[in-house]
Amino acid sequence: MNLDWNWDVVGDFMPVFWEGVAITLRALFLGSLTAFALGLVWALALRSPYAWVRWPVTAFTEFVRNTPLLVQLFFLYYVLPEWGPSMSALTTGIVGLGLHYSTYTAEVYRAGIDGVPVGQWEAATALSLPRGRTWLAVILPQAIRRVLPALGNYVIAMLKDSPMIAVIGALDMFGEARNFSNETFTTEAYTIVGLAFLVIAYPASLLIRFLERRLVLTS
Amino acid sequence: MMTEGMFTNYFLPGIWITIQVTVFSAALGVVVAFLIGTLRTSRLWIVRFLAGCYFEIFRGMSALILMFWLVFALPLMLGWQLVPMWAGVLALGLTYGAYGAEVVRGALAAVPVAQREAGVALGFTRVQRLRRIEIPQAWPEMVPPFNNLLIELLKGTALVSTITVADMAFAGNLVRLGSNESAPVYTLLLVLYFAMAFVLTRGMRVLERHAKASVGQTIERRGLFARRRPPAPTLGAPDAEALPAGGTVGTR
Repeated sequence: MNLDWNWDVVGDFMPVFWEGVAITLRALFLGSLTAFALGLVWALALRSPYAWVRWPVTAFTEFVRNTPLLVQLFFLYYVLPEWGPSMSALTTGIVGLGLHYSTYTAEVYRAGIDGVPVGQWEAATALSLPRGRTWLAVILPQAIRRVLPALGNYVIAMLKDSPMIAVIGALDMFGEARNFSNETFTTEAYTIVGLAFLVIAYPASLLIRFLERRLVLTS
Repeated sequence: MMTEGMFTNYFLPGIWITIQVTVFSAALGVVVAFLIGTLRTSRLWIVRFLAGCYFEIFRGMSALILMFWLVFALPLMLGWQLVPMWAGVLALGLTYGAYGAEVVRGALAAVPVAQREAGVALGFTRVQRLRRIEIPQAWPEMVPPFNNLLIELLKGTALVSTITVADMAFAGNLVRLGSNESAPVYTLLLVLYFAMAFVLTRGMRVLERHAKASVGQTIERRGLFARRRPPAPTLGAPDAEALPAGGTVGTR
């Protein structure tokens, strides 16, 4: 067993590593926003009184949730440009991550909305609040509050899936590490990126556990 | 359009490889899940701590990076090379096994304490208690979350294509390069993965019914197209089962 670890290689990798971290965090942030927004759309659509709205949304979200993100990224990157405008690898990655995880957040919202007591709906009806206001002022604030930790969990899950966007060519942490390793015939970069994931994910999961306790206690 | 030759030469073997990777990593994952899951209920703090470390590390790690690390970085350290497919199986099994460990731990914790005490009173050893009393009763609770993990694992197998294992996704990329047509290939790929997930979910439902029946519970038959409860977010919510009902969203 020879652990030849070369700190010079690490030093050379660091500048591109930070660029990669920036891209990873950007993809994560924008992907999360997409997932939160789209997930809410799916969740509301699934509660629609019209079957012709519910059915296609159910079919679509089930399909997306049960197929690999990697293949979805290939699909978005190679197939979509045949029909519409082509997107950069990073944009495709963000759309892919956001779309994939929106099918998970939709279920989180659904559970949150189901968890709002019936009395709240009845009170809104008794006050003859219009439908829009019932959702915006009564139901969603209560629903979203209790699902925040669950949404946070999906952000961390998304972080761990984010290296997949490197496979279609986005230069996130992993993409940078792969390029660097291929060019220099070294492997330290992979180890650095692996450790970086642990360093980011562990405190984040601690934070979410803390949030979970707090929101559970006060809601 | 895809030619006959491409389909039989790349796609069919690819499907078989995907199935193999899924089965092997699921098997490894189950072993890891039960091992780490039961160790996390150990009486010795050092054992609990080490098992907890394992869980935290593999839960925070991206399976894709672990795979690359196993294929490219580990051989330089150890001096021998893993076959890419086994590196993929190892990465997937270790990662999803860590999630499975949490399922096992949660289900074991949900077994009424009286059962454990009865085992102690009857002079069962720790292993006997686990094997004869606790795991049989916890098992029905484990099946639905295991189903979710299995689907995540199946989706994860697509990652092995990035370390040159010729699975379905790899075949899909080859066909795209060969035929310059991407729409049919990737649509077929997505449909195939969906079909596999569908079959696995139905299979796990049968297993769940048997498991419930074996502890005297019955569950109503759901229709063939009944939806799977979505996977619980496995990060950061290890105590989901232990949380008060209604506190957070359902875990299944």
